[in-house]
Amino acid sequence: MADGTIGLWTVPLAVFGGAIRVSTPFLFVSLGECITERSGRINLGLEGTLVMGAMSAYGISYLTGSPWLGVLAAGLTGALLGALHAGICSLPRVNDVAVGIALMLFGTGLAFYLGKPLIEPTAPRLPAIDFGWWSDVAQVRAALRINVLFLIGVVLAPILAWAFRTTRWGLLIRTAGESSDAARAMGHSVLLIRLRATMVGGFLAGVGGSFLSLFYPGSWNEGLSSGQGITAVALVIFARWNPMLCLWASLAFGGAAALGPALQSVGVTSGYHLFNAAPYILTLAIMIITCSPKRTLTGAPAELSITR
Amino acid sequence: MTTDAADPAEAAAIAPAADAGFLQRHGTTIEYILIPGAALCGALALFGVFVALFGKNPLDLYFYMYYGAFGTWFSWQNTLTRAAPLILTALCTALPAQLGMVIIGGEGALLIGALAATGAALALPSAPPLAVQMAMVCAGMLGGGLWIMLAGGLRQFRGVNETISSLLLVYIALAILNHLVEGAMRDPASLNKPSTREIGAANMIGSIPGTDVHWGLVFGLIAAVASYILIYHTVFGFAARVAGGNVRAAKIVGLNVSKLILTVCFLAGAAAGLAGMVEVAAVQGRTNANLAAGYGFTGILVAFLARQNPLAIIPVAILLGGISASGGLLQRRLGLPDASVLVLQGIIFVFVLASDALYGRIGFLKGKA
Repeated sequence: MADGTIGLWTVPLAVFGGAIRVSTPFLFVSLGECITERSGRINLGLEGTLVMGAMSAYGISYLTGSPWLGVLAAGLTGALLGALHAGICSLPRVNDVAVGIALMLFGTGLAFYLGKPLIEPTAPRLPAIDFGWWSDVAQVRAALRINVLFLIGVVLAPILAWAFRTTRWGLLIRTAGESSDAARAMGHSVLLIRLRATMVGGFLAGVGGSFLSLFYPGSWNEGLSSGQGITAVALVIFARWNPMLCLWASLAFGGAAALGPALQSVGVTSGYHLFNAAPYILTLAIMIITCSPKRTLTGAPAELSITR
Repeated sequence: MTTDAADPAEAAAIAPAADAGFLQRHGTTIEYILIPGAALCGALALFGVFVALFGKNPLDLYFYMYYGAFGTWFSWQNTLTRAAPLILTALCTALPAQLGMVIIGGEGALLIGALAATGAALALPSAPPLAVQMAMVCAGMLGGGLWIMLAGGLRQFRGVNETISSLLLVYIALAILNHLVEGAMRDPASLNKPSTREIGAANMIGSIPGTDVHWGLVFGLIAAVASYILIYHTVFGFAARVAGGNVRAAKIVGLNVSKLILTVCFLAGAAAGLAGMVEVAAVQGRTNANLAAGYGFTGILVAFLARQNPLAIIPVAILLGGISASGGLLQRRLGLPDASVLVLQGIIFVFVLASDALYGRIGFLKGKA
């Protein structure tokens, strides 16, 4: 122990550290999607939002030198894409699932286009808080270097759960999601509620993207996101539209995604790609276990097209 | 440019001359051409504005797009070569759409089909080429078909949303491909780019005589026409459309919905798997990560632009094949990044979906309205 080598303990430690690091984008995208889906609409385009967020955060951070401005820019980009999604979906006879697929392609394409000049330069990264100062072991210190965004996400989850339960806004969003007729009868515009919910969802997904480019992996390239956005959308379904469950599910996912690199670091290289696919396999497995053809899922917003 | 611009121009030319009865009788058909055509033009116009913001001349853009896609015999061949897999992957979305399912996992079925086809070819080292090619077709279709059938089965028997599961299966398929290509199926001689061994020049399916366009285009055309006949001119297709319209009604009249879903999903995946086989046997000659070139995702756009009609998929696939064929020219002549094709595809997709709101609302097509 004294010389800083901890042998096979590296694996669980790396999985733990990875769970915290890798889970942050999952956490933000799933919380954002949770808000959108609670309002009765599904936004499959958050994969594109995530990539756009990552690109714009990196670009703004590089140009201004302030990573926090980058995070803000990522959020605003995400909110714009959310507004685009909600705007198109509010037209009659337009399918929100299909619009999401379109925006997924559009967002990634636009990010690759605008992000071409950003592959070379290095932008300032987000700072991390060193919770591992008490330890001499390098791996422990690495695992406990925790980003502020993760902490914000962790605080955000219970706040959202509370807001859905007790605040006026939470109630309005839930009403729009459970019965658009009821919301209309109360004199509220369902389209406006969903527009705002989708924009807030897009904002959070964009912030999740900024974490990818500004902290971990911490650079901008075209292979940055490989399906984290869509996995997070699936994650909301088995988190039963509950923000707290989104938090736990994101952590589990981060751990699963960190398994491949962790095993590689101790020399287990066979099956590297299969371990990398662990989050997708896990998502699919959990969906298979928890879904049922006989009933709609408990907790599912009644207006949601994807669960009907 | 010309092909798509022709649609609305043509319709506009008919409008003043023709009598109201003609417009009413063919209103729906005209709408199906006019509205996507207009959406396409709108998307091209917006893309022109977009590149103008980066200091490029939009007219140059349109010229090079036309030239790179349909301007010369060479570019036509390039376009048709790219259209072939697009027709097949579009069917992977369009066939389940008849049942009301949104499957977006054509890319995964393509990869699995390519792996299966390569495996079949490598397992038959001394068989005559025709037998190897038949085996590759069967293996590719079987692999892709089972892959999408998995998504269909999960939806029918476990209630798992098919859109999400089919997309997750894309990433899983890619992981399986990378795993096998870097492990069990790796050709030790492929150092920089891990690949399987080559299937052998004799086993390649070659080009249509007189052209550089490979036979995959013919596979695509046959598959599209066969799908059209299956959906619109057979009892099976009718049953599928009934089930797509109203599952309860389908069950009441005694249709076996599970069987319909599984069969349609198998056929859909088989089409995309065939695309994978074609890419291996006509273009790459082996399986490696190059195969994940996004044909599966562009195929989704083709299917939606064609309004899930298998026959309409053919011209739309050629059009989008042309757009991607012109990408290289745009890169060389205008200095646009290769992602500009993706941006244009995304804009087209958004416009086409937004134009769904227009159906049944165009005054002069409804007579007295």
